[in-house]
Amino acid sequence: MPEITGFSFPNDIHVTWSLMIVMYPYITGFVAGSFIVTSLYHLFDRQEFKPVARLAMATSFAFLLVASLPLQLHLGQPQRGPFVIITPNFTSAMAGFGILYSFYMLVLVLELWFVWRQEIIERARRSRGMKRALYAALALGTYDTSAEAIEIDHKAIKILAGIGLPAACMLHGYVGFIFGAIKANPWWSTPLMPVIFLLSAAVSGIALLILLYQVYAKLDRRPVVATCVQALASWLWFFLILTITLEELELIVMAYEKSESWLIISELLTTRLSFSYVTMQMIVGGLIPLILLAVVVLMNRYLHEKVRNTLATVAAFLTLIQVFSMRWNIVIGGQLLSKSLRGLRSPYEPEIFGREGVLMAIALFVAPFVILWVFDRVLGIEEPPGADGHGNPPAAPPPVEATAASHVP
Amino acid sequence: MSDCHDGCNGSRREFLSGTLKLAGGAVVTVIGASALASSSSSPTRAPRPGGGEYDWDEHLWAYLVDTTKCIGCGSCARACKAENDVPEGFFRTWIERYVVGTEDSHVDSPNGGMDGFPPVQVGFVANKSFFVPKICNHCRATPCTQVCPVGASYRTKDGAVLVDAESCIGCGYCVQACPYGSRFIHPATHTASKCTWCYHRITKGLKPACVTVCPTQARQFGDLKKDGDPVRAVVEHDRVQILQGHLLTEPQCYYTHLDKEVR
Repeated sequence: MPEITGFSFPNDIHVTWSLMIVMYPYITGFVAGSFIVTSLYHLFDRQEFKPVARLAMATSFAFLLVASLPLQLHLGQPQRGPFVIITPNFTSAMAGFGILYSFYMLVLVLELWFVWRQEIIERARRSRGMKRALYAALALGTYDTSAEAIEIDHKAIKILAGIGLPAACMLHGYVGFIFGAIKANPWWSTPLMPVIFLLSAAVSGIALLILLYQVYAKLDRRPVVATCVQALASWLWFFLILTITLEELELIVMAYEKSESWLIISELLTTRLSFSYVTMQMIVGGLIPLILLAVVVLMNRYLHEKVRNTLATVAAFLTLIQVFSMRWNIVIGGQLLSKSLRGLRSPYEPEIFGREGVLMAIALFVAPFVILWVFDRVLGIEEPPGADGHGNPPAAPPPVEATAASHVP
Repeated sequence: MSDCHDGCNGSRREFLSGTLKLAGGAVVTVIGASALASSSSSPTRAPRPGGGEYDWDEHLWAYLVDTTKCIGCGSCARACKAENDVPEGFFRTWIERYVVGTEDSHVDSPNGGMDGFPPVQVGFVANKSFFVPKICNHCRATPCTQVCPVGASYRTKDGAVLVDAESCIGCGYCVQACPYGSRFIHPATHTASKCTWCYHRITKGLKPACVTVCPTQARQFGDLKKDGDPVRAVVEHDRVQILQGHLLTEPQCYYTHLDKEVR
């Protein structure tokens, strides 16, 4: 039994929303954050993001594929999960999940297809047998790589990116809404919540891409483009400043207003969450990366490439911890506090094994990277040399007959 | 297919239009399935209990607590547990003890008050002490039914807030949304559970178990649609309070002589 300080309503001593509900916003945060990065290139033509644009889109897709799993794993009656889509109660914020998720999935898959279309056609032409059938199926029956077709691809990518960006933001802002619209819980109930979630999603997405880019460049034996790292670090700094400012503003307003709940929330933050909030979210994951990124951004021209990469990578790693801590402190922290506003329960310790345990959470976090690896094997994340990343062809494709003939023993 | 690489705009257009048609078909299917599911599940969601004799249009239930009368015996919590098979460590009703001084206050509810209350020593000068029974407030504008993603939580026409355990998905959103801590996820069924005002009893003309066993009539149950009902008289003519009125949930559990310390 958990220990209680003060007085909790007797049913409030149970933590109903487990580690899986911490993982859910963490994972959807990567979906939205990566899409923001890819949009900076595909929608806003920021050329400095070109080296990571395709990686970012594939990352968003990989995380999207597992985004609904933590929810499903959390349900008491998982077999009834589809009821949320089949018989939704539209007054519930949660009922929107199926619609937003499916819509974003549709837009993202379409955009992926247009961006990777050339690649798919190339591979269909190069391969034989089952492989060829697979790529032919992925090409959806059209092998058109004429200049006109490419132009259409361009337009489609632009339009889809234009729809996808608000869709991705809605998907994640909505997660913040799920918490922010609960008036029963003063630690959650604030209109700032969706905004904070969205900004921290951008933080986590950019941070993850800084790390992935370094790893991917190493594995692929490609040089890391300094301007890209620099741009990612700048945007990470920008979004981190906004996130932490809003996270603190929320508390400052509460404290200055001397709101009814401030007494218990201040106790929550300084006792139960002193490690995860003060140490991890604010200092290790907040203040330190803010300083490291400030060095990268403000002292750019004095930095050796290795120093820049190292500083950006360390800062990115720490901000990933910051975002996880933030999710933890919101989801779990909000349940340590009783709605009596008079009591706190002892810290929640997730189980190790089991459906909602630590191992499952790790598996959920690792799964998108496995998906990314498969994606790379099937479609190739890195664009072929010479291509412009918008879906333009690398060079004149070899004639099909010649490719096919070369495979004949 | 390989002979198509010179220009298949037409085929792509055909493909896209085909896809649109398919998508349209899928939407129709989903809507149809949803209509089927809702029509087939509506009778279970809004049962007309009592097999014809009970007409829920004729009643509007309300609960009344006089905190000055509660002696903290815990009979109500024990009766509730027995009547509704409430699992260990969870509560559909409980009793809180308040010890209040000028400088400080102390609140507790050991085991929900089921075993009564052992003497308590407080480190301040206590001016008053009292018990407050708690129960689901069966709010008219309840956030718990608002947030249920599948409509498994609902309010009946006679004013009770219930859970359809057959369609509850066990997401726990209602548990988070209830400001009073009245809901929990049942450890055996993994669905939301809460006080029903003993709906199986009140639809047969009985009182909820907690009201029936209360030795001091601190807990009362009545019908706001019935002339001469004592609870209705109090609610209509006396000064009554509700819990956490600022949240505008419109509780149908009324209190008299509620102290400022009670939330």
